[in-house]
Formats: sequence, structure tokens, C-alpha cells
Amino acid sequence: MPVKTINNIPVWQRREPLKQRLIWFGYFLALMLFLLCWKIISDNTIWEFLTDAHIQAASLIGRMIPPDWSITGALLLPLWDTLNIATVGTALGVVIAFPLAFLAARNTSPHPSLRAFALAVIVSSRSINALIWAILLVTIVGPGLLAGMIAIALRSIGFVGKLLYEAIEEIHPTPVEAVTSTGAGRMQVLAYSVMPQIMPAFAGITVYRWDINIRESTVLGLVGAGGIGLQMNAAINNLAWGQVATVFVLIFGTVILSEWVSAKVRHAVI
Amino acid sequence: MSQSSQILDPRLLAAKSGRWHPKPMISNATLRWGINAAVIVYLVLLYFSVDINWSRVAQGMDRGVAFMGSFLTPDFISRGGEIMVGLRESLTMTFAATVIGILLAIPVGLGAARNIAPAPVYFFCRAIIALSRTFQEIIIAILFVAMFGFGPLAGVVTLAFATIGFMAKLLAEDIEDAQRDPMEAVKATGASWLQWINYAVQPQVMPRLIGLSLYRLDINFRESAVIGIVGAGGIGATLNTSINRYDYDTSAAVLLVIIGIVLMSEYLSGYVRKWTA
Amino acid sequence: MLVKNENNMLKLKGLTKRYATGDLALKDIDLEVPAGQVLALIGPSGAGKSTLIRCVNRLVEPTSGTIELDAKDITRARGSRLRQARRQIGMIFQNYALVERLSVMENVLSGRLAYVGFWRSYFRKFPESDIKQAFQLLGRVGLETMLDKRGDTLSGGQKQRVGIARALMQNPKLLLVDEPTASLDPKTSRQIMRLICELCQEQNLATIINIHDVTLAQQFVHRVVGLRAGEIVYDGAPDGLSPEILTTIYGEEDWSVEKHDDVENGENEKAKDVEAALLGGHP
Repeated sequence: MPVKTINNIPVWQRREPLKQRLIWFGYFLALMLFLLCWKIISDNTIWEFLTDAHIQAASLIGRMIPPDWSITGALLLPLWDTLNIATVGTALGVVIAFPLAFLAARNTSPHPSLRAFALAVIVSSRSINALIWAILLVTIVGPGLLAGMIAIALRSIGFVGKLLYEAIEEIHPTPVEAVTSTGAGRMQVLAYSVMPQIMPAFAGITVYRWDINIRESTVLGLVGAGGIGLQMNAAINNLAWGQVATVFVLIFGTVILSEWVSAKVRHAVI
Repeated sequence: MSQSSQILDPRLLAAKSGRWHPKPMISNATLRWGINAAVIVYLVLLYFSVDINWSRVAQGMDRGVAFMGSFLTPDFISRGGEIMVGLRESLTMTFAATVIGILLAIPVGLGAARNIAPAPVYFFCRAIIALSRTFQEIIIAILFVAMFGFGPLAGVVTLAFATIGFMAKLLAEDIEDAQRDPMEAVKATGASWLQWINYAVQPQVMPRLIGLSLYRLDINFRESAVIGIVGAGGIGATLNTSINRYDYDTSAAVLLVIIGIVLMSEYLSGYVRKWTA
Repeated sequence: MLVKNENNMLKLKGLTKRYATGDLALKDIDLEVPAGQVLALIGPSGAGKSTLIRCVNRLVEPTSGTIELDAKDITRARGSRLRQARRQIGMIFQNYALVERLSVMENVLSGRLAYVGFWRSYFRKFPESDIKQAFQLLGRVGLETMLDKRGDTLSGGQKQRVGIARALMQNPKLLLVDEPTASLDPKTSRQIMRLICELCQEQNLATIINIHDVTLAQQFVHRVVGLRAGEIVYDGAPDGLSPEILTTIYGEEDWSVEKHDDVENGENEKAKDVEAALLGGHP
């Protein structure tokens, strides 16, 4: 909080003038960048289409309401598939991410080269969405649930791995020292002094990712990787918006439920 | 010191004679058995529902290996023009959408905080947040493409809408968790509503907001690489085409570019966070 | 009383530790501790007390010198030889160092990890003799009713007792104690010191206690070693700590006030402790 004197009267300013100018400049840069982006997007947009956007929106909503409930029965099995994709995918991802996190954490990694490898795997997994993995996997293992499960697993490795290794790096070191000084082996030290400390974080992260994965799994069917996305894709291609609306309602209900479960579990494991 | 003649607890008696095992995690026995049973039932059902065509998987292994190998020979050149255009679209969409999304998320977030907003505003804002967060960006993209036509505009609106839901929810939670006392103190001085927000709420919420904005920027970039599949602009369309044509060298090139940008943005965001902290 | 035995449990010769920053934490330390002797290590912060203790069980790697445990050189031991050496050295920590989310029993049993294979310890299938011993030790420190309580529900004094039980579960030959009373109130401090010293006498353990409370040390130990800036400046009986010697160790200070006050407090404390023992009170 700098105080200047002008004519022997102290004047307070919130920030140093230089810093204030830098901040204004930063905002100016951001504004320029924004206008530039806007121009590029605008050039690629056919603005005439927008004049009737509100009409389009109204007609779309009109066709979606009321939803076509007749297909609800046929949607239950695909919904079950979606749930399984999310659950199995999360389980697979977690099983791989768990040892990976230990390799990536500064305080438990056996060797810097292993640490670099683990971090590289985690970053690559994080950068690519499940949907992209799904497109790839459908061409490799064929359409169906397996592609979806592996896609979810591959994406989850990065998410769970990153949060988990950050949790491992934040543990108290003295219990680890204490167990080491009894002469316990390396794995015993990890199991007795590191694991109990990260258990709450681990459970919370896993359930959180499962919850997000339910959402992700609903759309994998669009590219053929199984689940309710298949029905949604078919309905959209047939422009049967009433059916699309039913799918939406089912997805909404499922996500609300999974969020409730996730919140409950995360509260219970402190 | 020890009252050995008065030990009644069976676990202590067992320990005295050398038998001990840790208490189970869930103490209520019926609950524990219920959960175990539910898990077993689920696994059985799972086994019967999932139908994997293993011969197809075996057939596809060559392609899988080819894909992994292509990462060593990425092709940035053959489709270089398309990649550049797609990338430029993705980056501009990301930035514009994040800015718009954050700006709009502030009023929605304020409206969704129980301790600030009146009831009808609260429910309305919470509804917007719920809608935005329930549906994956692709679904939202499909709807907006139907309304606004193909192209990056639909992409910007999609990502902005998704950003609003994400940021507003976390902002509202932060405001609801904010300390009462400073808020009461500023109110007691007779400050106007806007001044109250600016002096009592904003300083408590700002640091986390900045971190979250950078995180959302990262998420939006990754999403922008995907929504192109349904026509909402960005590098997704090029990626999709290259995969469907088995042009794995180009796919690898695009994926490497995406990974590279995400890495860079993570590095930069750590830097920015330190500078603004 | 300085008893120079032929069978020294611990022998340090020329022990030196220089950190990567260039700081010389220990300078050429020579120390011999026979079995059954309780030794207090005193000195100002930064004198190297903690470093010395941690060098003995190799939590900190010494730069040069030798460490002999029961006539065996463990300075360069690695892998299973190091673990076997550590088995015989029990350590008690300043901030208790319990695994807070585990139960008291699990914390105590972790002292036997080096004697039990990985899978048996993972599933907590410790041998009967270990469990009996754990129960007895917990009784000895007054906590046998708290077997299943989680570590983080205990008070400071209770946590330290669990730490003591854990160290003794190893059936060690040498006990290293790092500031056991730094985080405890005065009454609990005395109870813990008394407990440690009694147990060491019972099991004839060589013990090094790192402690900053000089008067507390003087009341319970056989021998005091004063450390200053990485060098031993005093090695002798507890009552040889004259004000001049204390000045050598800690620097200029009015030591006389401290002694006088403590004689009075000492008698009051003694009366209170007798009362507590008669009523069977636990902290």
C-alpha cells in the first residue's frame, strides 16, 4: 500500500503506479485479443442465418415439448450400458492411475526418469477428451461398449493420476520417517504411512471422476461407442426431436442421481 | 495402572490372549453385508450385460499398433493448411468463449448464492447452472448448431454456456462459504449494494476465481477440439476426418499439437497464478 | 555415573555431517554409550542434536565417520542389512509421528513391521506373540482400553505414550528419543520422562534423549552430553552442570534463577505425582 507525498500531504494509492499501469495494459491486451478473436469468428460466420435464430430456437423447443415418452422402455437398457461404461471405465482408469501417481509424486518416486515418464503419461491422458479416444477406439476394437470403457479409462488416468499425486506430495513426512525407522521395507512404509493419509482424498477423487464419467459416457454413443448416445444419435438423424427430448430427460435424471451419490460418499469419507 | 480385573470388552480380552484384527470400515453389520451383496449382484449383472466381440478386437490390433507407431512419424505437412485453420478456430473460440462465459457467470453466480440473492432469482440461476452442467458440451453444441448453423459461432456460444454453468456454480459456493463478518461490517457502513460486493465479497472470492478461470480456459480448449465433430468449428472436424480415413499420421500430428498446447497452458497458468497470488 | 563398559551398545567415531549448503552440522563426534545407560543430549537449537540422532539410524546420511551398533559397523549398511540394523533401534519423535488415521493398536504393531512380511502386515495378520506384547505394552503405558481408537482422537500425552509403545515393540537394543516433551505441558512432560527412563532401566536399553529442558534432564538421566555448534563441549554427570558449563553450551544467561525456582517446584511436583499414582490416574 504505497503512500506518496505531494506538496507535503501524504497521498495513498492502492498500488504502485507502475503496477497499476501494467494491470491496465494487461486488460487492454486482453481486450485487443478478444476483439481479434471475435473478428476471426465473425468472418467465419454467416450472419444471415442468425436473423431467424430465435425462430429456429422456438421451433426446436416446440418440437421437443412434449417429449415422446413412448420410447422410454427402449432406453432403459442403453442407459444401463451407459452406467456400466462409466463404472468399468472409472475402475480401470483408477487401477492404472494409482501406481502411476506414486511414480509421479516427488516424495515417493523411485527415480527421476520414472517420474518424468509417469508425468508424461498423465499429461497426455489429460489433454485428450474421452470422445476423441472413443473415435479412435471404435476404429481399432470395433463399435460397442468396449471402445467406450477404454476411452473413459484412458481419460480418467490423467484426471485421477494428477489429483492423486498432488495429494501424495502433501502428506505429513514424519509418520513416514517413523515407520521407516522401525526397519520396515519400502512397500510396507508406503502401505502403512502413505496410504492411510491419502485414503480420504483417493475415495473422493474416484467418486468425483465416476460422476463426471457418467456425463461423458452419455455422448460416446454418438460415435458408436455404446450407451444411450446411440439412441440419441439415431433420433437426431431422424429429426425426431420429441425422442431426443426424452433422452435428455433421462440423462438429466441420471446425472442428478449420480451427483447425489457422489456428494454423499465424499462427505462420508473424511 | 491397568485395571486388568475389570476388562469386560471382548476385543480387549481377545487382544490379551493374542488375537486381534482391525475393526471393519463400516461398523453397521447389516449395512456392510448389504453393500457387499449389492456389489456382487452388480458384478454378476455386468458379466451378463457386456458382450465383447473378442475376434473383432484381435483383428483390430494391427490398426492399434499402427496408430501407436504413428506417434513417431507425425505428419504436420500434408494437411498442414487444414490443421492451421482448425487450430486458429479452436484457439479463438476458446478465448472468446471463456471471456464471455466468465463475464456472464458473474451475475449468474451472484444470483445463485443463497446469502445474497432473493428466492426467485436464486432458483432461476440454479436452474441455468443445472442445465448447463448436466449436459455434455457435445449435446449443447448439437442444439446450438441447429439454431445458429455450422461454424465457430455455435462453438463459442456452446463453450460460453458451459463456462457459465461451471464458473457460476463454484462462484456461488465460494460466496456462500465466504466469511460473514467482513460482509456484515461493510454493510454496516451503509455502502451501496455494488460497493458491498466490491469490498466484502470480491476480495474473498477473487484468488480462487482467477485459478478457476485459467482451469476453465484449459478445459474449453480441449472441448473446442471435440465439438467440431458436430460442426461447431475448431480442429475437431479435421481430427475426425483423419481418423475415419485411417490417416493416422495426421491424427498423431493433431493430437501432439493438442497435447503441446495443453502442456504450455498448464505451465503458463502456474506462472500466472504465482504472479497474481 | 560414568560406567565405561567393554560392551558399548553404540559407538560413534569421527562422525561428521556436512549439508549440501555447506553447513557443518556435526564435527568429528566421538561418543560411546554402554547398554543400560540413559544419556541426555542438550544444546541450543541448531547445535546438531537432531542431526546426531538421525545419523545413528541413517535417516540422515553422515558425511564421514563410523557408527557401530553392538560392535557391528552399520555406517555403510544398505538394503536388508540397514533394515535389520534399524529393527534394533527404536525411535521416539517430537511430534509423536503417529499415522493419525490408523488405530492405536495398528500404530503400536507397526513397530513389528520389519519382522513380518508385506502381505501379513497388509492384512494385519500379526503373530499371536506380537499382539500379546502390544497389549502388555499398552497396559504398561496406561492405554490398554484405547486399542481401537483412532490416532487423531488422542491427547498429546497419549499420543506420545503410543509412540513409546511402538518403539519398544521392536525389542530394540538402543533407543533414540527426539525431544519427547517439546509439545507437552510440564506435568505430562515429567510423566513421560519418568516413563521412558523406567522402561529403559527395565529393559537395559542404551538410550539417547535429545532434550532442551535441562532441569528435566538432570532429574532423570545418568549422563549428560552438551553439544554446541556440532561439537561435544561437555560429557559428564548431570549435577556437573554448573552455570559456567551451561554458559559454554548455551551462551550467556542468568542460570541461578532457574535452579532455585525448580527446587521448589520439584517438591510440589513430587507430592502431586505421588497423589496421582495412588489414585491410578491416567493423563
